[in-house]
Amino acid sequence: MQNSLVEVLLRVVQLILSLNPKILNITLLSLRVSGTAVLIGAFIGVPIGTILGLGQFRAKQSLIRFIDLTLRSVINTFMGLPPVVVGLIVYLLLTTSGPLGPLGLLYKPVAMIITQLIMVVPIIVGVTMSAVGSVEKAVREKALSLGATDGQAARMVLKEARMGLLTAIIVAFGAAISEVGGIMITGGNIMRGDESVTRTLTTAIVTETELGNFDLAISLGIILLTMAFAINLALTVIQLRGVKR
Amino acid sequence: MTFLVETQGLCKEYSRREVLSDISFGVESGEIFALIGPNGAGKTTLLRILDLLDEPSSGTVWFQGVEVSYSPRNRQVLRRRMGMVFQQTMLFNTSVFNNVAYGLRVRGINGKDVRDAVEEMLRIVQLEGFEGKNALKLSGGESQRVALAQALVTEPELLLLDEPTANLDPRNVSIVEEALSRINRERKTTIIMTTHNMFQAEALADRAALLMEGRIERIGKLKDILMLPSKVLTKFARLENVFSGVARVSEEGVSIIDVGDGVQIEVALQRHGNVSVHVRPEDIILSTQPLISSARNRFEGRVSEISDLGSIVRLKVEAGKGFTVQVTKKSFNEMQLNLNSTVFLAFKASSVQIV
Repeated sequence: MQNSLVEVLLRVVQLILSLNPKILNITLLSLRVSGTAVLIGAFIGVPIGTILGLGQFRAKQSLIRFIDLTLRSVINTFMGLPPVVVGLIVYLLLTTSGPLGPLGLLYKPVAMIITQLIMVVPIIVGVTMSAVGSVEKAVREKALSLGATDGQAARMVLKEARMGLLTAIIVAFGAAISEVGGIMITGGNIMRGDESVTRTLTTAIVTETELGNFDLAISLGIILLTMAFAINLALTVIQLRGVKR
Repeated sequence: MTFLVETQGLCKEYSRREVLSDISFGVESGEIFALIGPNGAGKTTLLRILDLLDEPSSGTVWFQGVEVSYSPRNRQVLRRRMGMVFQQTMLFNTSVFNNVAYGLRVRGINGKDVRDAVEEMLRIVQLEGFEGKNALKLSGGESQRVALAQALVTEPELLLLDEPTANLDPRNVSIVEEALSRINRERKTTIIMTTHNMFQAEALADRAALLMEGRIERIGKLKDILMLPSKVLTKFARLENVFSGVARVSEEGVSIIDVGDGVQIEVALQRHGNVSVHVRPEDIILSTQPLISSARNRFEGRVSEISDLGSIVRLKVEAGKGFTVQVTKKSFNEMQLNLNSTVFLAFKASSVQIV
């Protein structure tokens, strides 16, 4: 038993070091899909989170306050959106008979990017919002008291929240790269020879495990774990650097 | 006489609670004016209104005889003639240089003018050579001095300070106080500062207003305020180690003051009747064993609060009455003190001051 475990591990190491094109392509597709989703998500999520965090809606009218509160609760709920449900909804939209069916996006990386985008935007908005919100009052008032205009003060708030913004993006990427349920439905987990069409690290692990290819599954798992570790390492370094007394 | 700042009937409500009511006072150009009073008296709110961060619920502020309006444009124009140092030190996550330069840069000043001004300010607050350091890595005292430099670098006509030396160790307190009196002397900067430390107010300020529960209780020269009945003073002054009680003169010719809770304090002065006394936290000797010494006042107690102020540590000791004691970090570590440690206090009758 011990021997066989060592053998498996040896084979796994060999597999990873061999830069097997199949593994390489799967890994690259994972990075491409999640990277694109997070990049687009950042362009959408950071401005929204900033506006919410800056308390633009901290108005006195109770209606606006109610809307603001509802919006924040919705975002917080959506931060924990089950990926499978997102996948299902995107599938229903993109399937041939669905409203966006004619675009023919289903089972293509675009469909997967859309799925992960819907997942990461609330995360980026939420983390940005709290990062900006936590420094907003003190930084803004300080900047104003030093003679800044409202615009200059807002810019300073964003600058001071930069660690939080970076955290938002890294957290979102971590969620996206390890997500499986959504992209399984909308991407379809397709391989064409050694070329990955829509197979990612996570969906490949599911498939290879089901097929009994444990060497490959473990190899993919290790690659995914290493990425997750690298992401968390980066996050920890950022948080340590940004730490305030 | 025209005032630099004058208020008439200022009131401020926060969610129907009145924080300030009917505040009317004026501060002359070049003056150091102290707002003294206990926590929650409205000192900070008043400063925030003067800095146009908050708008009064009613009442008027004049700045150099012109009524202050609260349009965003006017707020900013007026703020650029003032500087404010908040009680909670907040520095930007960048170098000390950039922190101090900020006020100049938002005014569109760049290049050598900035460098010269920042360097001069850092000299005044005794932080030469700190330009390149990250502001968040500084100690509490250094941070507060950077905050002071930030506010002063733009040469404001009016400097607003909220408890500028609260929680600082004595060395930093004296640097800050020195910088303030220098700025006031050399640049004729008008200063309004809040403090609950009467000795500081007395040392720095020309005049003061005593604020209690949102109202000005008294306004005038410091010595007039200090002549208030001691009961009022001890109530407001969250001065440490202030005790009130009835004094009698003992056979040895010293006064013994019964301050209640079984605590009697000996004073090297002859007094009768109601008095309030003060012992400076640094004048109390702390030991883990009872000391045989010439100190006439000796108490046993336990540590109820520990606050680390960098090179020194402040302890609250419960010994019938609560005493605040100050020791260096080194001796604190050597004595291996913890919360609830039993300690012995000693101070000389001659270090007790009558307030």
